[in-house]
This record gives sequence, structure tokens and C-alpha cells, in this order.
Amino acid sequence: MRRLLIAVPFLWLLALFIVPFVIVFKISLSDLAVAIPPYTPTLDVSEGWAGLKAFFAELDFENYIWLTEDALYWKAYLSSLKIAVISTLLTLLVGYPIAYGIARAPQEWRAMLFMLVILPFWTSFLIRVYSWMGILSQEGYLNQVLLWIGVINEPLIILNTNIAVYIGIVYTYLPFMILPIYAALEKLDISLLEAAEDLGCSRFSAFWLVTVPLSKQGIIAGSFLVFIPTIGEFVIPSLLGGSRTLMIGKVLWEEFFSNRDWPVASAVAVVLLLILIIPIVLFQRNEQKQREANQ
Amino acid sequence: MALDVFAPWDDPNAKPLIQFRNVTKRFGDFTAIDDLTVDIFEKEFFALLGPSGCGKTTMMRMLAGFETPTEGQIILAGQDIGPVPPNKRATNMMFQSYALFPHLSIWENIAFGLKRDKMPKDQIGERVEEMLRLTRLEKFARRKPHQISGGQRQRVALARSLAKAPKLLLLDEPLGALDKKLRQETQFELMDIQETTGTTFVIVTHDQEEAMTVASRVAVMDHGQIVQVSTPDVIYEAPNSTYVADFIGDVNLISGKADPRGERLHMHWAEGQPAVVGSPLDGAAKGQDLHYAIRPEKVSISAEKPENAANAIQGEVHDIAYLGNISTYHVQLPGGQIIKAQSANNRRISRRAFTWEDKVWLSWTDTAGVFLER
Repeated sequence: MRRLLIAVPFLWLLALFIVPFVIVFKISLSDLAVAIPPYTPTLDVSEGWAGLKAFFAELDFENYIWLTEDALYWKAYLSSLKIAVISTLLTLLVGYPIAYGIARAPQEWRAMLFMLVILPFWTSFLIRVYSWMGILSQEGYLNQVLLWIGVINEPLIILNTNIAVYIGIVYTYLPFMILPIYAALEKLDISLLEAAEDLGCSRFSAFWLVTVPLSKQGIIAGSFLVFIPTIGEFVIPSLLGGSRTLMIGKVLWEEFFSNRDWPVASAVAVVLLLILIIPIVLFQRNEQKQREANQ
Repeated sequence: MALDVFAPWDDPNAKPLIQFRNVTKRFGDFTAIDDLTVDIFEKEFFALLGPSGCGKTTMMRMLAGFETPTEGQIILAGQDIGPVPPNKRATNMMFQSYALFPHLSIWENIAFGLKRDKMPKDQIGERVEEMLRLTRLEKFARRKPHQISGGQRQRVALARSLAKAPKLLLLDEPLGALDKKLRQETQFELMDIQETTGTTFVIVTHDQEEAMTVASRVAVMDHGQIVQVSTPDVIYEAPNSTYVADFIGDVNLISGKADPRGERLHMHWAEGQPAVVGSPLDGAAKGQDLHYAIRPEKVSISAEKPENAANAIQGEVHDIAYLGNISTYHVQLPGGQIIKAQSANNRRISRRAFTWEDKVWLSWTDTAGVFLER
């Protein structure tokens, strides 16, 4: 019975992660071909042992070598990392005060404030990103309002730049930052802040010396929850970003659909996964540490 | 050589460290502190005692600076501290929950306040070591708060609040979270530490035994007002109201009408019962409503009517509460009223003189109890 219970997550992992990964990895070792599917070799089981041997003989790491030869790829990886780091920091900057505000709000207000944070999720993600296009474009609402107030004389160019990508990412991933930070702040005992003040801290230094360290786990968890999906983000940069916004998700899409180069696209995906494994492992170690600290 | 008695409150020239001057604190419609005036002197161990909601915690929080008075002034060492924020006050507080910083070690917790004062590093080290010695925590300096016991945490909280050598230390139910045995030991520890450091302590507690044990003076509070401030023995022996008499320890309360007769005051309280005789109360007019308070341990219980007793009434043993060292007898009078009498069990229980439904005599001297107007 116990084995059966343990088997469930393993089967899940096998069917939904390991098997697809092996398929993608295999494609990344193949060569481009004008065929359906658009790569060779394909495994022909009817030829038996010889067929299998021929199949493996044709697999190679050519595509990975190609990734290192064309500057586009590593630039895209680096640019994705940069965008992910910056947008994680921005999300933290926006999310922390919101989480703090909710945690300090009267009990009866909190449920409603949470509702407001989660409410946008009830609308389709794509529709929300499209509406940002309407807001940020040159004739968009933002520019209209700013022009009307008189803050600017000519429309700002925001859409199709990295700024629009940052806005989109911060907007989309904000709840993932707010929720874990709120969870940490909510547990914070107010008397700790009073004790810090009593011992000579100003409000501000009490925040830095007590509130921030005690919400560290929430900050780390929230940052990973934003950082990890942002690296591979595709929809936001392709809709809000411009031609100069380079992100690996977009490169992947173009290799796959525009160039129909499945093997290179698969190689890009495998490398992306390897890059993501590092923060995921760090994230899980943080969770582990938190669990131990709570015991 | 007689010991110099510490009693600055009796000295008209003594300068109080803290003065509450007509302090009122309101939270919306609720008046937590109502026009309160009291002086607290240097090196005192002052206890604020009262039921929950009586305003004692509000008083303490005003001293710490977490609340400001709605009206009136609080003077600390000659300075009105109303506008001074908590971090600029020469007071420190030991919190009921201890409020130890969970992310810092014991050492860092104690050093926290010193670092805020920008004290040189080596001096901080020395001071922290001193505090660790004082509270016998040397071995635990490197541990985190969740790795030590409740009693040790209590001592860390005390060490942390004492580290900055405050003029005034505030203790909010400091022993509330400890079990009874540990609490009693810690009470004496607290008194020793208060004496060695010479710091003025103000303690908030709802435990009257704790207040009586540790404090030099006790203020009994009710509904935002101090009902009586005095030394523990005066509070116990000469309460100024039935509220104080009832709140501190066990008491028998009898109500009746005054009948002053020269040296002695008589009080008629029931048909067919002799009047209660006691020391006179200033200004008690004949026929005035009075209360008489007498502690159970001052009532003797005997089988025969005692001779020459100023007060003697007969009743029947209704209940016996055996507490080991003492027994409390609940004696029912003919009118139905219950009077409690306590006697020390200096004999084994098998030799106990009285049992249920025995007819007994209760007696006490004319100075054993006090008359109260309210």
C-alpha cells in the first residue's frame, strides 16, 4: 500500500516529465530533414537489432555545438537571464509593500484585499496581455492620459520595448510574489517590532533588522516563483516586446515554428531546462530549510 | 542596629522617578485610564495588580511609549515623556511573549539594544557577558531562542531588557508563561536581580501572590483607576475597600449598620446575632452602612464558646477544604451566611477536631478585622 502511494508521484513524474524529456532530448540529437516528422533518424522497430544500432549511430551533439557557434543563442540566454533578474527585483519592489499592507490591514479587510490580488486571474491571461497593448501603445490610454494632463508633449514609446516587457511580467507574476511574502509577514509577531523600537530602533531600522530578515523565506520563495517561469517566458516578450527584445522563449518559438528546425529547437529547450534546474534546486533547498526551521 | 527601611513614599522630600499626573487614556469611547495620579520612586519594585481590562497594561505601554496619554502628563526623572518615542526613552520593557528575535542568537538578542546605541564592540562584548552571567545563561549564548527552554527564554528577555541599564524596567506579566514551581523560583531571582542592579522595576501582573512576593509597593487597579497603593502588608491587612480586600487573598465580608460606642465600633448585621466589634472607623455615624472584612486565618474555630472573645458566633460546619498545610472550614450561621475560618493542620488529619455538621464557635479579637465604608 505504501509503495503504491509513493508510486503515484513517480508515475506522474515519469509520464509527464521524464518521457517527454527523453523524446525532446532524442530530437535534439537528430538532424533536420524534409519529412514528417521533420527530423531523422526515426526508430524503426521492424528492423530489429540492426535498425536500433543504425538509429543510435546517427545521433550526435551537432545541434549543441551549433548553439555555441551562433552568438544569437547565448545572447538570448543571457538577455533572458537579465530580463528575469530585473523583473524579479521589480516584482519584489512592487509586491513587498502590497504584501506588507495586506498583512497589516484589519483582519476583516484581508480577504477582500486578497480577492483584489487574485481577481485578474479570472480573465484569460492572453486577453490581459492584449489589453496592456491597448494601454501602452502610442495612441494608448496611458499616453492619452499623460498628454491630457500635460506631463508629456509627445507620446512615449513604451510598447515594443523592454519596458513594456517588464511591465507585463511584473503585472502577470505579482500574485506569486505577494502570496509567499504575505504568508511570512502574517506570522510576524507585532511585539517583536515593539521590542526592537523599545531597544532603540527607529521604525525604519526595525523594519530592516526585524521585518526583512523574518520575511526572508517569503522573499526567496516569491523571487524563485517569479524568476523561474520568467526565464522561459514567451507570450509577454512576443506581444509586448519589440524586435530587439531577445528572449530564449521567443528564439525557441522561432526555431520551432518559423524555421521548422525541431532538432535545434529541442537543443535550445534542453539547455534552457539545464539552466532552470539550478534555481529550482536552490528553491527546493530553501523550502527544505524553511520546513526544518519551522519544526 | 536597625535596618534602614526602604520607604521613600513616606518621605515628603523624596523625589519620585516617575509621576503620573492626572493621566487619562481613551480608546474611542472606552476609557482605559481614568484621571490617574501616582508617584513611583527610584529603586522601587512597583507592581500594578488588577483583573484583565483594568488598565494596567495600558499604563505600562504608556511608560514604554507605545501609547500616549489622551490627557495629563507622565514625568520621568523630571522630564515629560509624552512626546518622546519609545526608542528615545530610558526605559526598557520585558514583553509578556518575551518577543525574542527568532533569527538572532541569544548573544545577538542581548546585544541588540547595545548595538543600536553605537557602543564600541569590545564594550558590547563585555556587557553581554555580564548579562549572561547575571542570568546564568553563559552556556546558551550561541543558541537560537527556539533551542532553549521557556524558563531560559524568560531570562534572555530579562537580560536583553536590562542590558542597556535602563532607568526604568517594565515587566509585562514576566512569569505568566512559566509553571508554578519555576515561577516561584524566578520571583526570588527577579528580586535579587532588581536589588543587584538597583534598577527601578514596574511589573504588571494579575497574580496577587506574585505581586505580594516581589513588590515593594502594590497598586491595585480597577476600571482604569488605582484603588489603593501601598506596601503588600498594608494592602493585605488594611485594605481601603471591599474591592481590594476581596481581590487580595481570601476574605469574609459582612455588611451591616454602624453603632459607634466610644473606643469600639459595633456593627449590627443580623437579627439575633451579636454585633461585630472592632476598631473604630473615622467618621462612621450611627446607622451608616458599613462592611466588615476579616481574613479566614484570623478566625478561630472551637467546640466551646471561648471566654473573653470580643466576637463569638455559633454555626455549623458546612464544608471543609483540606489543603494539606491548612484547612478551611466553611461554617454556616443560623441566618444562612457562610463564614470561612482557617486553621493550620499542625496535627495529623485523623486527629482532626471537627467534621461535617459539627456545631462550632467562631471567634476573633476586636482588632482582627477592618471596617470599610465601600
